[in-house]
Amino acid sequence: MDKVACKQAICEELIKLAKKDKDIVVLTGDSRGSASMTEFARQLPEQFVEVGIAEQNLVGIAAGLASAGKKPFIASYASFLTMRSIEQIKVDVAYSNVNVKVIGISGGISYGPLGMSHHALQDIAIMRAIPNMRVYLPADQHESKKLIEQLVKDEKPAYIRVGRNPVENVYDANNFKFQINRANTLKEGKDITIISCGEMVQTALSAGKILQNEGINAKVIGIHSIKPLDEEAILEAAKETGCILTLEEHSIYGGLGSAVAELLSQKNQVPLKILGLPDEPVITGKPREVFSYYGLDVDGVIKSVKNLLSKKVK
Amino acid sequence: MNFKKCLYYLTIILMKIILKGSEEEKMKNIQELKKKSAEIRMEILRMINRAGSGHTGGSLSITDILVTLYYGIMNIKPQEPQWEERDRFILSKGHSVESLYCILADKGFFDKEELKTYCQFGSRLIGHPNNKVPGVEMNTGALGHGLSISVGIAKAAKMDKKNYKVFTVMGDGELEEGSNWEAAMSASHFKLDNLIGIVDRNKLQITGETEEIMSLEPLSDKWKSFGWEVIEVDGHDHEQLYSILKNTPLKFGKPTLIIAHTIKGKGVSFIENKVEWHHRVPTDEELAKAIEELSQVSGDGING
Repeated sequence: MDKVACKQAICEELIKLAKKDKDIVVLTGDSRGSASMTEFARQLPEQFVEVGIAEQNLVGIAAGLASAGKKPFIASYASFLTMRSIEQIKVDVAYSNVNVKVIGISGGISYGPLGMSHHALQDIAIMRAIPNMRVYLPADQHESKKLIEQLVKDEKPAYIRVGRNPVENVYDANNFKFQINRANTLKEGKDITIISCGEMVQTALSAGKILQNEGINAKVIGIHSIKPLDEEAILEAAKETGCILTLEEHSIYGGLGSAVAELLSQKNQVPLKILGLPDEPVITGKPREVFSYYGLDVDGVIKSVKNLLSKKVK
Repeated sequence: MNFKKCLYYLTIILMKIILKGSEEEKMKNIQELKKKSAEIRMEILRMINRAGSGHTGGSLSITDILVTLYYGIMNIKPQEPQWEERDRFILSKGHSVESLYCILADKGFFDKEELKTYCQFGSRLIGHPNNKVPGVEMNTGALGHGLSISVGIAKAAKMDKKNYKVFTVMGDGELEEGSNWEAAMSASHFKLDNLIGIVDRNKLQITGETEEIMSLEPLSDKWKSFGWEVIEVDGHDHEQLYSILKNTPLKFGKPTLIIAHTIKGKGVSFIENKVEWHHRVPTDEELAKAIEELSQVSGDGING
């Protein structure tokens, strides 16, 4: 299968768009290789700014560029970008409300064995709590491209988080209707809804298909926009299926699960299970090993679905 | 005397007359700048007194710098705040916003009446710069952010081949934030000679003297070693400020850094150099006394 990293797709899309729009600028913090932006820098050197290992300056410069009419896209490590420079993101970008798109690469546990310093598992929680900031996690190369294509058209801040590794396609390039800020129903079902974001959507979908063979009819929703949240789609799913399981590559605190819980607890209380990384320094291992350990792989999701279904009020 | 020589002397005489004229014009302007600074200082104090909140010392210390920039140097159109070719100003030490708001209102960016809403419920005149206010480019207030933003704007000007300049005023205490030095490094790396940084060197910060809290000296050498062209001035001498700012960049291909030696609380005897006036609010009585002092201002300079 055609596996492509989301960051690769983003770079390709940005090259395409930037060739037609001289105001599009990409900034990196000694991260062009990791961000797959080397090709952008090579093809469009006049629209590329290397800031070096200085995330605070990186974000501040991007905000200044935006204030002068440029359309900056920052591509740097999610772990450092959303922590080291969070005040610049809050004040220079979000509060000033300037057109900076912050792309956090190698998000989640992409750098599994490298330890907590390199994990980005709090980024959604932090970004989501900042006024004017939107939070996006595309699921695959096609959704990444569509997302960038849309975001380049507006002039507001946004955070986009992608992983490091090539991912299988969730969506079909030729038959994919992308609507920004709207959830995608990937599989219909009546027993339970699995809601997932980013690169975990593939896992949710696989689990849904296996459950189908076992007689459990799960609805699977892929959400690329954590903020704004497609509340209508979630409430509709809660009504339809009576219980919800969320799955994300993020701390169980403050991410997609929390956003869904905030909504359901106030609008329609149905049984909910939040699957994510626990509140501890994550165990050492490759992403696949770590997901398996914490029950975030297909088998783990299936187990949690069955457990949640037993609590569902019939 | 041949014709060529005649023409030469005639040109010299003419130039002298023109230069003398412009010199007189300049001195007249300097006098106006001094007067304007005193007016702005009075307005700042009234505003802080009315709001019961504000950063008195720092606002008074940057006023001569801002007055020189806004009335003598910067290319701006108050009726068209978003004019593309405008020079940009970023107040990195955002807590001195009172001085900026008073000047923007006086220049006609917004109605002076609005100054009365400063820090009042629902006002857009927030206690730190707010870019919803015409003339304010970016929101600042968290220290150590303004220089990076200014680097970004100056970089954009270079990319777009525009001629505008970017001026930013930083506090001296603010330079304790490491982010400034990231920005300083990048400004010279990008050869941003359209960027002019001004340090309000009043030598005090909220807790006490900068050199006691965290020594900044040798400050000039620090900036030089980061690749900036550095000059030190009396930050209350409009003539010096004007001459230097008019001649920026000091060196082509390099960012300019002006260390402006100032007095925190400048212009009011009982506020000057008093650390507690960082954000003390003048009482009605103190305000009256300060206004009286400022009304008599004629001298200038750090000893004026």
